[in-house]
Amino acid sequence: MQDHTFGFRTRALHAGAPPDPATGARALPLYMSTSFVFDSTEHAAELFALRTYGNIYSRIGNPTVAAFEERVASLEGGLGAVATASGLSAQLCTVLALAQAGDHIVASANLYGGTVTQFTVTLKRMGIEATLVPGGEPGPLAAAIRPNTRLLFTETIGNPAGNIADLASLSSVAHEHGIPLVVDNTFASPYLCRPIEWGADIVIHSATKFIGGHGTALGGVIVESGTFPWAAGRHPLLSEPSPGYHDMNFAETFGEYAFLMRVRAEVLRDVGAAMSPMNAWLMVQGLETLAFRMQGHCANAVAIAKWLKSREEVAWVSYAGLDDTQTDRVRKYLPHGAGSIFTFGLRGGREAGRAFIEALELWSHLANVGDAKSLVIHPATTTHQQLTDEELVACGVSPEMIRLSVGLEDPEDLIWDLENGLRAARSIATAAAT
Amino acid sequence: MIGASPNTTRPSYFVFSYLRTRGRYDVSPINPTTGAIDGVKSYPTLTAYAAERGVPDIVDVFRRPDQLMPIVEEAIAIGAPAIWFQYGVINEAAIKRAEEAGLDVVVDRCIKVESARFDGGLAIGGLNTHLITSRRRHVSPAPGGGLR
Repeated sequence: MQDHTFGFRTRALHAGAPPDPATGARALPLYMSTSFVFDSTEHAAELFALRTYGNIYSRIGNPTVAAFEERVASLEGGLGAVATASGLSAQLCTVLALAQAGDHIVASANLYGGTVTQFTVTLKRMGIEATLVPGGEPGPLAAAIRPNTRLLFTETIGNPAGNIADLASLSSVAHEHGIPLVVDNTFASPYLCRPIEWGADIVIHSATKFIGGHGTALGGVIVESGTFPWAAGRHPLLSEPSPGYHDMNFAETFGEYAFLMRVRAEVLRDVGAAMSPMNAWLMVQGLETLAFRMQGHCANAVAIAKWLKSREEVAWVSYAGLDDTQTDRVRKYLPHGAGSIFTFGLRGGREAGRAFIEALELWSHLANVGDAKSLVIHPATTTHQQLTDEELVACGVSPEMIRLSVGLEDPEDLIWDLENGLRAARSIATAAAT
Repeated sequence: MIGASPNTTRPSYFVFSYLRTRGRYDVSPINPTTGAIDGVKSYPTLTAYAAERGVPDIVDVFRRPDQLMPIVEEAIAIGAPAIWFQYGVINEAAIKRAEEAGLDVVVDRCIKVESARFDGGLAIGGLNTHLITSRRRHVSPAPGGGLR
């Protein structure tokens, strides 16, 4: 602990990566090693029993990955972090650390389609039931909580509906019921919103998106605040003896580190969804410029959303940053910008959407968001295609919806390309009308 | 370390064995129910320890919160400069008594975790050390007593 409090940009460059003690290297070394030698048999035994700190095997921990973890923990204002192979594995590991067969979780229904499927299909097969609440507002979510509910889950900015979660109210609801609030902060990134400051207990990311920022590497990360009372008894996986670790009691042994230790030492160990050191190294490079990229992403997103709103071919634009109904929540939770991922609808429905996307030259048609390059997709036929019509409506997807992830190109070039797309869409709409 | 247990699954054993194997700390168990832990002599009381070994730098406490006052009185009597209460070892009256007697008091923290914050252990685990520096720190000695 130091007397001075360092700012976001300084921590984005330095946290977790002091000069390498072994060599003095100033840039983060890439420790591309599966395993690490022990000093002695006694040292090995102490490491395996979790009685001392050290590297064993990169499925459980790796020095390059640890630098990434500490940097994200610092930027989110958390106690620590555990990196995973992807955003979906970050979610799965979080749920498995807190819930087992017979347990229940509650989530907003405004979620990424892959999350909906993980919660309602895969977790269900494992005996964990999920209730997804349309709208994701505090009252209905509270009503869905049961005695066996282990966590409350939301996205900061819903994908793709663009609704901003009322994080302060949701954390109050969760804590009144003795459960943690878990927030997927992928669309905001820690630069735009830090859910722990609003009472969230666990923050997860698909680090593949803005954190990495360049569309190069998959990754996920789980951050914990360190303030949730894990020993209170609502989470027996943490407060009762663990058969996976010689009947060790994580809450008693590790205090505020209980959740993070269980995620790493038991869940990540047994599930195996570890982040590659190479990916962690790329993520750390990405984080160094996070503040500047997010400023650029937000500025471009505002310019493009405003331009789309002015166009006749566009039926509606749903960008939280320009949404009068969400002004208060933007001011409160996203004062530096509402991100750069948003949706709009074309007149002419599904066929107009197809013509629009096929006419684009500069925007990349693919299933990702948060890249420095601008991306476009039609959710109903891609990211959310595994959902039923009812589920589509519940998570805010309509057939004509186009999702944009606005990148860092010159905004004039992005608009030039969108204009070509709208021209193609208009010709379809006109042909349909005649 | 008052309440250090020879049971290898207990938190107090974790902390004892960690500090002992760092090779930088002289740590003794205070536990009347055991003669030694990992070959390190255990003393029945803090007073018995002080009579043989002198005043310790820190008295680290793993006991039930309702049993802390006699320990604080003993720590004051032998002239201990600091008392450290581990996770959940909280008794407001005992804390007040120790502070009024001039001891440095740490409450609801783990001495192993705080040690690891500064020797690289926390950073290895992806935990937030809050340390920002561009100075090079050298590799700490290997567990068991220095580089070989």
